[in-house]
Amino acid sequence: MTPSPPAAKLRLATVWLAGCSGCHMSFLDLDEFLFDLAEKVDVVFSPVGTDAKIYPENVDIALVEGAVANVDNLELALQVRERTGLVISFGDCAVTANVPGLRNLLDGGHDSARAVLERGYLELADATGQLPFAPGIVPELLPKVLPLHEVIPVDLYLPGCPPSAERIREAITPLLAGERPTMEGAAMLRFG
Amino acid sequence: MSVVTLTVNGQDVAVPAGASLLEATRAAEAGVPTLCHLEGLSPVAACRLCLVEVEGSGKLLTACSTQAAEGMVVHTHTPRLREYRRMTVELFFAEGNHVCAVCVANTHCELQDMAVTVGMDHSRFPYQYPQRSVDASHPQFSLDHNRCILCTRCVRVCDEIEGAHVWDIGSRGGQCHIVAGLDEPWGQVQACTSCGKCVEVCPTGALFRNTDTTAEKQPNTTLPALLRTAREQHRWHNQ
Repeated sequence: MTPSPPAAKLRLATVWLAGCSGCHMSFLDLDEFLFDLAEKVDVVFSPVGTDAKIYPENVDIALVEGAVANVDNLELALQVRERTGLVISFGDCAVTANVPGLRNLLDGGHDSARAVLERGYLELADATGQLPFAPGIVPELLPKVLPLHEVIPVDLYLPGCPPSAERIREAITPLLAGERPTMEGAAMLRFG
Repeated sequence: MSVVTLTVNGQDVAVPAGASLLEATRAAEAGVPTLCHLEGLSPVAACRLCLVEVEGSGKLLTACSTQAAEGMVVHTHTPRLREYRRMTVELFFAEGNHVCAVCVANTHCELQDMAVTVGMDHSRFPYQYPQRSVDASHPQFSLDHNRCILCTRCVRVCDEIEGAHVWDIGSRGGQCHIVAGLDEPWGQVQACTSCGKCVEVCPTGALFRNTDTTAEKQPNTTLPALLRTAREQHRWHNQ
């Protein structure tokens, strides 16, 4: 009898938008589960797992950390949606805009990019303060920081600041078997 | 003592005449969620989470402020009620500036807990980011309007238990906010006894002790019931 070929591994990406990387640190806290995970998935794009710079095609699952705060975040979020089967809003910044979204308070979110730059670079600076100007080098801030689902359709929400390693494991284990996790109760849902 | 009997989710319950529908649902252990309600304070039906369906009534009724009546048939967790409750909690989050991760009440917040209870994994409503202020004029406590859900527990506990009536609601509609005294800085209101009851009963991080930082608030929401029982029945819960 010829052995059946190994089942194709799922293609997993993790993405870091406007967040502190705490969700990725929590992902790394999965410790030995990462070995089990590596048997079932190919990590095809991740700031902590690969050196890939271009988001690849045909990704099965993407964990997207962070809010959408600048033009690079926006471009990557759109690519992720276009090239990914299941997009997970990963952590409070992606789900609610959270701390990066606090700059929206500066002027009701209409043009908090200008407001936050003026606050940081002019109002709090000494006499030599000036606004940064580096077109094409540093990505422009969007006028308002947005949660991921206000930019692209999201398939699953995994809140927490950060979501604990346990919560991440409980959420992705069913996905590896082609099932949806049950996102209920304080262990799976609590913000903060 | 006369009683009324009614049905909650198909279960027969008997409660003393004059009891609220909320008490009846609790007798049936129906788990009707509440945010503004607090034992020992008068009901105001501000948060709308305790809305229930009563057969024969054309509208939804707030359980906390509706008297239980003989023969009522009450439903507490229909799909419509579940959906409205989740929507209500999403609106609370979208309407204020609630950032759990950096809040003084993180891990001890009734709004944060309520999001879990109603199964809110995100807000379908865009966040409004209203411009709100912080009143840090009091030497011991602060009021952060960004985190206030206008439950009025502070208004009621100060009026009904402490008897100082420092707090009120000012303005209308989306501009509504808690005001101290005659809309003065809290620290200048002479009626305030600095008892801290408003801080203890606040369900969120809106009222807090100045010494508490992120996730350090430890509220005690049992105070009003304890004090009311002590005064009216000369009995302490812990005796």
